[in-house]
Amino acid sequence: MRYSALSIAINALSGHSNWKPAWRSPEPKSSYDVVIIGGGGHGLATAYYLAKYHGITNVAVLEKGWIGGGNTGRNTTVVRSNYFFPESAAFYEKSMQLWEGLSRELNYNVMLSQRGHLTLAHNRHQVEMSLRLMNAMKLNGIDSEWLEPDDLRKREPQLRLDGRFPVLGGLMQDRGGSARHDAVAWGYARGADEHGAHIIQGCEVTGFIKQGNRVSGVRTNRGDIVAAKVCLSVAGHTSELAAMAGLRLPITSYALQAFVSEPVKPIVNTMVLSPSTGIYISQTDKGEVLIGGGLDMYPSYAQRGNFHTVETVSAGMLEMFPAFSRLRLMRQWAGICDVVKDSSPILGPSPIDGLYLNCGFGTGGFKATPAGGLTMAHTLATGKRHPLIEPFGLERFTSGALIDEAGASGIAH
Amino acid sequence: MLKIDCPFCGVRDESEFRCGGQSHLIRPGPHGQVSDETWAEYLFIRDNPKGWHMERWQHIYGCRQWFNIARHTVTHEIRAIYFMTGQKPVIENDSSNA
Repeated sequence: MRYSALSIAINALSGHSNWKPAWRSPEPKSSYDVVIIGGGGHGLATAYYLAKYHGITNVAVLEKGWIGGGNTGRNTTVVRSNYFFPESAAFYEKSMQLWEGLSRELNYNVMLSQRGHLTLAHNRHQVEMSLRLMNAMKLNGIDSEWLEPDDLRKREPQLRLDGRFPVLGGLMQDRGGSARHDAVAWGYARGADEHGAHIIQGCEVTGFIKQGNRVSGVRTNRGDIVAAKVCLSVAGHTSELAAMAGLRLPITSYALQAFVSEPVKPIVNTMVLSPSTGIYISQTDKGEVLIGGGLDMYPSYAQRGNFHTVETVSAGMLEMFPAFSRLRLMRQWAGICDVVKDSSPILGPSPIDGLYLNCGFGTGGFKATPAGGLTMAHTLATGKRHPLIEPFGLERFTSGALIDEAGASGIAH
Repeated sequence: MLKIDCPFCGVRDESEFRCGGQSHLIRPGPHGQVSDETWAEYLFIRDNPKGWHMERWQHIYGCRQWFNIARHTVTHEIRAIYFMTGQKPVIENDSSNA
């Protein structure tokens, strides 16, 4: 059913009791053309674009838990494309453009809110690097703007400018903002399901069916499934699954925590990132102040964080917004991030035939959901990498052609 | 919060330490004979297990010494602490290996 104002009105007449589930829950078949492991945003988007642009609908998305329950539902919902290198700029800007049309594309409101993404500069060196990034972004055709402290005061009146880390200015991407992460997973799931893809929740992959150097299917807790192509879209758990297929990767998994406060009236206007405190803050549409910080800096698969990080994040938040000193934190959680050394994703085929990788996004995969799905669908369907992801292959770690966004665009982790 | 028993200083909070990643990595050589694949393996490829992990830690806000820890990456339990030159301890598989 197409969602519209009219459909809401019609369903209101029957007390909203006749809405149908947005996707089916089929039993897994014994074989598919493509099996995507991981029912997060990236996996579901891949299934959607496989059907939409390549007519491949004999697809299963296998999810161990429930869709959108991993990092898709644990991130801080930031959408932006403020990257330095041309390769990253092209990829993330494509994603940004897809975000801008996504609600219409999916007929599902992903609540994209382009309220602006602001990266603060606290010292002369950060100012210089920010201006360099701004110029690089402009050369790559991406909007960016430098804000002096007076401009910042107008955009974020509550932001403290003269604290321990004085604010000398900020880099603003006005098209940046946030989107509702659950809706992204649900919207893509509904779209993929409409085209015939199977979304199978509660289906854990326990191994791979291998013939020589080829993966020809997966073993799951609900039986073996044969597939011509298998795509890993499991973020922090990629190493574990790849190991089952006999593949080792340049990934280390870390826990990243986030927090929301009790809801308050509108007070934070943009997404604010401070490189010196390592904190980023925004306010959700419900009014909760949403806070993220740095990684818990040792390898972890525990989807929970450690207390001293909570203390560091709280201190950093108060440094930026002293007015929040009486704000109560309502919830805290952690997701497992697949961190690679150059903070750029690994996308494309793997050294094992039939096995494809969508991983290595580390702490920043959410914003790339549409482009990750689009490019992986192209790669799975045609057997050739999408032009946007040619630089992001696994082989760059051997060739040395790293795309080091960790340094270039100041990704904190 | 981990409590880490520094072999030189005794039990301290995790926030005094820094994790240096997977331990027992041996630099390949001699340099001129190392292939790109072997070098990439040494620089970038990691075990990243969901389970017991042998890793290097440094007591940065203490004695600044490096040492090894056997830690579980899901429960965060620490089973062994040993010197940099020590042998990998044998950790018996148990139910906490999720």
